[in-house]
Amino acid sequence: MDFSIFALLTQDGITNGAIYALLALALVLVFAVTRVIWIPSGEFVAYGTLTLAGLQLGRPPGTIGLLIGMAVVAGAMEVYGCARRGDARQILRQLLVWTGIPLAIAGAAWWLATPSLPFWAQILVALALVTVLGPLHYRIAYQPLAEASVLVLLIVSVAVHFALTGLGLWFFGAEGSRTPAFSSETFQVGEIIVSVQGLFVVFTSIALIAALYLFFGRTLFGKALRATALNRVGARLCGVSPNLAGALTFTLAALLCAFSGVLIGPITTVYYDSGFLVSLKGFVGAIIGGLVSYPLAAAGALLVGLLEAFASYWASAFKEVIVFTLIIPVLLWRSLTSHHHEEDE
Amino acid sequence: MHVRKLLPALIAGIAMVAGAAQAEVKVGVTLSATGPAASLGIPEKNTFELLPTTIAGEKITWIVLDDGSDTTKAVTNTKKLIAEDKVDVVVGSTITPNSLAMVDVVADAETPMISMAASARIVNPANPKTKWVFKTPQSDALMADAIAVNMKANGVKTMGYIGFADGYGDGWLAEIKQSAKTAGINIVAEEKYNRTDSSVTGQVLKLVTAKPDAILIAAAGTPGATPQKELVARGYKGRIYQTHGVANPDFLRVVGKDGDGTILPIGPMLVYEQLPDSNPLKKTAAEYIGKYEAKYGPGSRTTFGGHAWDAYLLLQAAIPEALKKAKPGTKEFRAALRDALESGKEVVATHGVYQMSPQDHNGLDNRARTMIKIDNGKWVLVK
Repeated sequence: MDFSIFALLTQDGITNGAIYALLALALVLVFAVTRVIWIPSGEFVAYGTLTLAGLQLGRPPGTIGLLIGMAVVAGAMEVYGCARRGDARQILRQLLVWTGIPLAIAGAAWWLATPSLPFWAQILVALALVTVLGPLHYRIAYQPLAEASVLVLLIVSVAVHFALTGLGLWFFGAEGSRTPAFSSETFQVGEIIVSVQGLFVVFTSIALIAALYLFFGRTLFGKALRATALNRVGARLCGVSPNLAGALTFTLAALLCAFSGVLIGPITTVYYDSGFLVSLKGFVGAIIGGLVSYPLAAAGALLVGLLEAFASYWASAFKEVIVFTLIIPVLLWRSLTSHHHEEDE
Repeated sequence: MHVRKLLPALIAGIAMVAGAAQAEVKVGVTLSATGPAASLGIPEKNTFELLPTTIAGEKITWIVLDDGSDTTKAVTNTKKLIAEDKVDVVVGSTITPNSLAMVDVVADAETPMISMAASARIVNPANPKTKWVFKTPQSDALMADAIAVNMKANGVKTMGYIGFADGYGDGWLAEIKQSAKTAGINIVAEEKYNRTDSSVTGQVLKLVTAKPDAILIAAAGTPGATPQKELVARGYKGRIYQTHGVANPDFLRVVGKDGDGTILPIGPMLVYEQLPDSNPLKKTAAEYIGKYEAKYGPGSRTTFGGHAWDAYLLLQAAIPEALKKAKPGTKEFRAALRDALESGKEVVATHGVYQMSPQDHNGLDNRARTMIKIDNGKWVLVK
């Protein structure tokens, strides 16, 4: 192995690591606020790429159908809830929020999905479509069980994962897609060839992480989410609605995942079921951060990316084995260093 | 009272009529229309929707089940088709692991089976179990040999290999090692990757540093494009070979201009328009592809659907023979159908000309392969 190969592999590892880092952040965020281990995060990555690829072909992507279906179900659940509480005034408002807004976004995307749409607008439309699925699937699958134990929520996650994978096959088909690169330029620093695309991925990830940091530190909604993460009951007593916190968390997390999808599209071919493996690697990163620490999770994800790049060079047949075996020493180390406390739920 | 007495007779009468109506040939199909092999299974499923409901004046019922690319489900489906639907023949499954698992089930039930999966291990070696099993796709060995012959003719001395880290890739690696040895070609690098990998940079760098004259990518469907695009991006200038697993329009869409110049072996049906008129396959392929594209759109043809159509053509030839000997739904009919499939009569199909024998339950020869290359996003016959 000479230096140029080392540099290329490092670059590849960091690029992938940056994408895993976004996923790791989304997983930590969701777990901290709602205690959901969000297995379907990978589906949102795949949906992000496939939606953008669909828009690229100049036709309305399958996501629109899914969005309409979920909006109708969520609206119906809200109406039923309001009717049972006898709260007639709320019905219209909830219908507007849960069905009206998603349908408006779906309609706008349908109208915009023409071949003449510029690339940056296609990205925005794809992000909007996939992001709205986040709170919708939270409302349908998780919110009715929000007080259940972590284990129950995990099982719900597995079910949602399988449902979304199946729907992905239905809406996007079995074959994969790629999206064009933001830039195919490369430039040379000394002996190293650096791709602009890779830099773009890394800097976008850093920018998103910084934006999240500001959101949680400086805004009211961010502080409310942090309060819920620290103490659900206490936050509720202070007037933070757990349902709103959940929906907001899933919106943010879905946005992060959809963005990963847009970033990963030009690097590899994405299939309706590609997301699972990507999200598992993000999960390994999140576990390194103990599912609580954002910086540690991001660092862990970067480590996963680098390990994967070098493993694929030295022992491609055992690449996944090496990456996922990483979790065992990490768990050992964490269980030895952290204080154990029973979950009392 | 009269009516009451009549009732049992009436029921018996209806049962007899129903029994007579049941004298139809039932074909049970299990294929992988969902799961990882969905891109292969969907065109097969589409093909079964085109099939006629009578053969030689006898009613044919096609019962199509999805096994989700899952081995256990394929076995369950097979058991269900045999025990509940009492089928006369099983067609399927799409992929090798499923088909291998089904062999025991059909052999126990003495029901013939036609697999649409590639591996030669499904029908070889001939023994009392595989006696009941036939398959339509070309074996990997036939295709690997075609690649090695083409490489040798073009002066290739060393080759690199990158393929799926699964049964498909391992099967191809074993076959190409054999064929390369025969052709005197040295394999200098072997790499593996997964269908859903987000990057193959490491593997491709290792391949490129070994500087082989040619590289073979053993993958099925669009995942075959991932290493190909990476090879082009890393400036690899040698010849790139793919396997017949990638021959679908989605592969061309995803690989784009990076695919130009790629060479692969294929069943002749895919490029039937470019075949000489003297080729007997041209007519059968034109009929099948004409019907398929009329329903699913121009350019929608795949070789996988062709394997399903060939299974139908084999049955179309064998069922009339078996009907002469026994009634459908009986053990004797199933045995007669098996004998008819093995009879050695030539069947001109879309992928090749089948001539089965007790030793060869695939029955294809060199007429079932041709080399094509990608030129400007189109499949072009290599002359």
